[in-house]
Amino acid sequence: MKYIIAINMAFLCISLNGQTNFHNSGDTSMLLLNSDAMYHRPGISGKNLLFTVGGYIDVNSYYGATNGSMTGFSFEMPDLAFFLSSNLNKHISFLSEAAFESGAEKFKLRMAAVDIKFNKLFNIRTGLILNPIGAFNQNHDGPNYEFVDRPMVSTEILPSVFSNVGAGLHGKIANDKWAAGYEAYLTNGFNDKIIDNELDRTSLRSGVSSYQNTNGKPMFTGKLALRNKTAGEIGISYMRCIYSELDAAQRSVSAMAIDYSNTFLAKRLSIRAELASVHVDVPDTYLQTYAGQQMGAFVDVVGTVLERPIWHWDHAKFNIGVRLEYVDYNQGSFTETGGNIFHEIRSIVPGISFRPTPSTVLRLNYRYQQNVDFLGNTPTKTGAIQVGLSTYF
Amino acid sequence: MVRLTVFWALALVLCLFSACENMLPSSVPGDQTLDGTIDGLTDGQMKQFERGDEAFREVFVAETGLGPVFVTGSCISCHAGDGKGHPFTTLTRFGQADENGNPYVGKGGPQLQNRSLPGYTPEVIPIGAPFAKFTPPANTGLGFLELVSDADLLAMSDPDDSNQDGISGRPNYAHLPDYVVKSADAIPLNGKYITRFGKKAAAYNLFHQTVNAYNQDMGITSEFEPIDAYTLKPIDPEVSVNTVNDVVFYLQSLKAPIQRNASDATVQKGLTVFKNIGCENCHKETLKTKHSLIPALSEQTFHAYTDLLLHDMGSGLDDGYTEGIAKSSEWRTPPLWGLGLSPESQGGAYYLMHDGRATSLEAAILLHGGEGEQSKTNYQSLSATDKEALISFLNSL
Repeated sequence: MKYIIAINMAFLCISLNGQTNFHNSGDTSMLLLNSDAMYHRPGISGKNLLFTVGGYIDVNSYYGATNGSMTGFSFEMPDLAFFLSSNLNKHISFLSEAAFESGAEKFKLRMAAVDIKFNKLFNIRTGLILNPIGAFNQNHDGPNYEFVDRPMVSTEILPSVFSNVGAGLHGKIANDKWAAGYEAYLTNGFNDKIIDNELDRTSLRSGVSSYQNTNGKPMFTGKLALRNKTAGEIGISYMRCIYSELDAAQRSVSAMAIDYSNTFLAKRLSIRAELASVHVDVPDTYLQTYAGQQMGAFVDVVGTVLERPIWHWDHAKFNIGVRLEYVDYNQGSFTETGGNIFHEIRSIVPGISFRPTPSTVLRLNYRYQQNVDFLGNTPTKTGAIQVGLSTYF
Repeated sequence: MVRLTVFWALALVLCLFSACENMLPSSVPGDQTLDGTIDGLTDGQMKQFERGDEAFREVFVAETGLGPVFVTGSCISCHAGDGKGHPFTTLTRFGQADENGNPYVGKGGPQLQNRSLPGYTPEVIPIGAPFAKFTPPANTGLGFLELVSDADLLAMSDPDDSNQDGISGRPNYAHLPDYVVKSADAIPLNGKYITRFGKKAAAYNLFHQTVNAYNQDMGITSEFEPIDAYTLKPIDPEVSVNTVNDVVFYLQSLKAPIQRNASDATVQKGLTVFKNIGCENCHKETLKTKHSLIPALSEQTFHAYTDLLLHDMGSGLDDGYTEGIAKSSEWRTPPLWGLGLSPESQGGAYYLMHDGRATSLEAAILLHGGEGEQSKTNYQSLSATDKEALISFLNSL
């Protein structure tokens, strides 16, 4: 509740001040990386205020069926996020994000970090940090995507949006053709709910313990990213921690992700892709439903088919696109038969979107998804029509 | 141009919505799936079925009582889609070699909890103890099987093979725990009652089976079975009486499997072959239920292809372990209904017989010995066409 009051107070201050502008703290002459996304969110600030506020909202509707069983029509508000940032001085800044998730079911502080900037390559960040695993976790704002749902690899394999209390270093060098960056943090990690949860599968999300470390050992998360103006950005990230010491062995979990993004044809065609793999040291005497290895991937291909003034909007765009995604919750094989353990989801999501402005997107998707159970029985088939609005405010 | 584009975009959206129903996956026909209810449940019964379904799917974790030693973490993991289990969920029982009882009861037996929470050591089979592996059975139609009267079972039994057909089925008997409510028409023998569920027919009814499964499969204690499988000491119930009752009702009210292609000439020929070569001597085509408060289960005839009796299946299937008064070579005739849908719950393959050792219908037939030996021999002498018809029939069930 205190967050809500603080946010309302901030908006009140701004409306009283009567001055708004578009906040952009980055140097736009240089290439940006996915890790810069948190610095380049639209926001508003008052003339005499030290801080900037903003946010985004996702509202969707869903109409679908699984194997002919109708789920009916429903509205969802998966995300209502608020940003608050300030430059305490030229070299110290504060960034935060809090969100209502799944409607008003959960209010979560996603990030609250202080950056102390020494030079381009040596900056300290501490607080509640977005772990730089994959690209989506750091660049997760709904209005940046043409698809209603978040990529499953980022929500089912990696636990995006995922943050932990910790500290570390980051840096970046860039010019108008190249950019390279690194991040390295020590944060709190996961607990043994990774392999003891009601999902009956290995789940990093179930084992998140952002605010306290259960075993006294920090988690390392690191990322290297390289961007070329023509070839696009590629990022390689890794994280590892001890999640359990219950059976005297130090059981570890690690994840590795590779992400790629680029635009072509004068930004009329864009590609985003991410692949993540998770390794968990599971006791041999435990259930095979809890996997030692998981993986997932997605690729979004979006093309702009029309860009011109439409009605009130000078730079309106119509896009068409498709998302292909796959997650394998369990890459193991059965001890008893040697056969493959399945537990997979495959989906294809064609969609069209309309962007009246760059920060607002109306989306229409059709999701076709196959869920294969642990044993590899005939997949259940889900079809859904999704309509959504996502906009910064 | 702009107006035209907007027009076509809107037209596309309208078409999409008008075609909504057609764009969504259609349902699986009722005869292609094992789950679903019997007909005629009242609203109250349907709600209890749904509660039972939810409890059947509940995944237990350490916090909710799982283990600490166990076989699996949920009912559904052993009975995917309410069908037969996979070798992954095959459980092991040990300790009893003859009808004189199991010396390992109270010492970790009869069921092996071969998995454990981190930090605990799972059980191992005591050196020298006899054991057998059991593949979880399908759940469907169990309410019908529960309602076959003891009198009907005894009428089908022929323990001394008085008709000299080589088939000598007999019911299993056991002393029952206090929590099991005996049927009013039960026919006990020397204080023991006829039991019918399980590979050795050692469980009296679905309530008995369910309470045991919670305790021995998942390490979940109840008011009825309060002994923790690891410490072997009583602990507070980890599942409520209501939940146990809901799960039992769920099992009772699952529909009977629906035969597919029953009118197909090959399938009908296969049924004739099935009867001609003697399969039906044990796999009785038709049984009937006694009175039930649920109309769809009450006084119904049904085709489960079982007699629920024990039969000696020969040395090839004798694992040296048994339950109740059964000999180690005796196994209860498994119902064949739903057989053709087994791969739908077993990962696309067949794992048949009591421990899943047969990976095809023919392999299962050829593993029959003892009282089933003659039928197996008859099968081997069939023409290829008749064999094919028989397999088609079995696949249709």
